[in-house]
Amino acid sequence: MILNERMKVAGQREIARNIFELVLEGELADEIREPGKFVHVRAGETMDPLLRRPISIADYDDGRITLIYRAEGDGTRVISEKERHGQADVLGPLGNGFPVEAGAPGTKALLVGGGIGVPPLYGLSKRLKEAGVEPVHVLGFQSDDVVFYEEEFSRLGETHIATVDGSRGTKGFVTDVMGALGHEFSVYYSCGPLPMLKAVADGMQGTEGYLSFEERMGCGIGACFACVCRTDTNDPGYVKVCSDGPVFKAGVVSI
Amino acid sequence: MNRLQVELPGLSLKNPIMPASGCFGFGKEYAQLYDLSKLGAIMVKATTLEPRFGNPTPRVAETPAGMLNAIGLQNPGLEKVVTEELPWLEQYDVPIIANVAGSETEDYVAVAERISEAPNVHALELNISCPNVKCGGITFGTDPKIAGELTRAVKAVSSVPVYVKLSPNVTDVTEIARAVEAGGADGLTLINTLVGMRFDPRTGRPVIANGTGGLSGPAVKPVALRMVYEVSRSVSIPVIGMGGISDVDDVINFMSAGASAVAVGTANFVDHFVCPKLIDVLPDRLDELGIGNITELIGRSHRI
Ligand SMILES: Cc1cc2nc3c(=O)[nH]c(=O)nc-3n(C[C@H](O)[C@H](O)[C@H](O)COP(=O)(O)OP(=O)(O)OC[C@H]3O[C@@H](n4cnc5c(N)ncnc54)[C@H](O)[C@@H]3O)c2cc1C
Ligand SMILES: Cc1cc2nc3c(=O)[nH]c(=O)nc-3n(C[C@H](O)[C@H](O)[C@H](O)COP(=O)(O)O)c2cc1C
Ligand code: FES
Repeated sequence: MILNERMKVAGQREIARNIFELVLEGELADEIREPGKFVHVRAGETMDPLLRRPISIADYDDGRITLIYRAEGDGTRVISEKERHGQADVLGPLGNGFPVEAGAPGTKALLVGGGIGVPPLYGLSKRLKEAGVEPVHVLGFQSDDVVFYEEEFSRLGETHIATVDGSRGTKGFVTDVMGALGHEFSVYYSCGPLPMLKAVADGMQGTEGYLSFEERMGCGIGACFACVCRTDTNDPGYVKVCSDGPVFKAGVVSI
Repeated sequence: MNRLQVELPGLSLKNPIMPASGCFGFGKEYAQLYDLSKLGAIMVKATTLEPRFGNPTPRVAETPAGMLNAIGLQNPGLEKVVTEELPWLEQYDVPIIANVAGSETEDYVAVAERISEAPNVHALELNISCPNVKCGGITFGTDPKIAGELTRAVKAVSSVPVYVKLSPNVTDVTEIARAVEAGGADGLTLINTLVGMRFDPRTGRPVIANGTGGLSGPAVKPVALRMVYEVSRSVSIPVIGMGGISDVDDVINFMSAGASAVAVGTANFVDHFVCPKLIDVLPDRLDELGIGNITELIGRSHRI
């Protein structure tokens, strides 16, 4: 069920330059059934900034959710000022997440994330591991100072970092790492900027894959048609990222 | 006696609060959140003769205390709306106001004739004010003569009362209001969005793919109030007011300005429960203001 809750701020810290980890407590956490769903967060109490901000659920359990986001514009900056014992107005869980069951136990799954597309892969990786699937992570960032959760991912499985400027891990893009992995994967999952999703999907052709998309949102629940993407396959010829996605099987959304 | 009850042509409203067109789809999404029967009415998404995909994305952008949208009237088309969307809404005890759009008079007439026969459609809202489509929409809403003629053509085929939705993107809104009243409109709804733009300083390009978009939200409220005030003084048909409504005093103020009921648009994105919350707090606010029935508020500013 979708709840609109004033969740309690259990903690917030800056985990990389302008990247924040926000832990929230509330009943909403118990409504989450799969990784990769998102919440719609109201930044402040006033009319400016007006719209809610969509942020992926990076992790969830026992009455808590973790959000990891970049404080960049007006809204996320206000969210980054929330302090322990404060509150956050959260609507969720929203959308459809990653299907964990797409990975067969005993096989390997490839998880490819770019920048602020990395967070939802963390919750996914944990669930895959619980299900007996071995996660392999390829995470791309701009530079060393914005890399986050490398240790957390490493605890769950093999983890490769790529940075555009080469200040950490492999210099280049996630696809440069992917080419040299030499594993068999039963499934892949990816979240990040559109060009990256396209490159990943192209590189993984023939393997079942799931991609998480971003689009500007109004309502966040499927009512306003702000967040549509064209598709090649389904009947009306479009999907709404907020309510049909944000995760789609590779090949559904035209990229 | 229900003190929130308002009677309008075709519409017996248990309260004067309804979601505005385009901000509530065809109700399914918000029905996951609360009982739609609670609402005074529902203004559903614009319906055109054929399905429309709408504009490229980004279709929305945030602005100070407001937002721009250029959805481009995306909708599943008349056939799907009358065979799927409207029948689904029949499970709720709530009158539907069908928002009708088109690019030619014939489109409006064809949609109006068929959609007005749906059992739960109690009124039409002629959308002659959408700023986000190339032909039709706003071109019908900025010329009094064309607006009046379109109203007359739709009135001739509609089996329910016809409200006309006015654009604020005109020099004198009362001129259009009088023209559609003369064309036989049973009521007016206003305002639709104000044409606006936002630019990205890095690229120098508009943020909205369509270039321009329609401004809505609290930022437009003073303009909307002024137009509701002017229009309601210059016509004798009822006005449903909208534009930036988000709290109970906004409702009071729109009705004082001359609205007989109000619609809430953008605020549904900010607080998804805003409509039922407004309905719940209205009686207490009326008590505080010493008002018995909500209808006492309608146009009270005109009498002072
Ligand atoms: C399903 C989904 C999941 C997301 N998950 C995360 C996450 O886990 N971590 C994270 O850091 N970011 C995530 N994002 C991106 C995040 O929503 C934007 O970075 C954020 O909304 C920008 O707000 P702002 O206040 O910083 O920027 P502003 O420039 O003030 O934003 C203005 C408006 O544009 C919208 N907007 C701006 N950039 C984006 C964008 N990239 N995507 C969608 N809307 C945008 C805002 O929501 C707001 O309505 C996600 C986006 C989507 C759609
Ligand atoms: C995303 C969005 C979509 C809209 N779509 C329609 C529409 O299809 N038909 C219409 O008549 N008005 C449409 N409108 C205008 C609203 O119904 C309303 O007139 C306007 O937004 C002002 O009210 P508000 O400030 O409460 O949002 C739309 C507005 C928004 C924000
Ligand atoms: S954000 Fe409104 S339909 Fe997706």
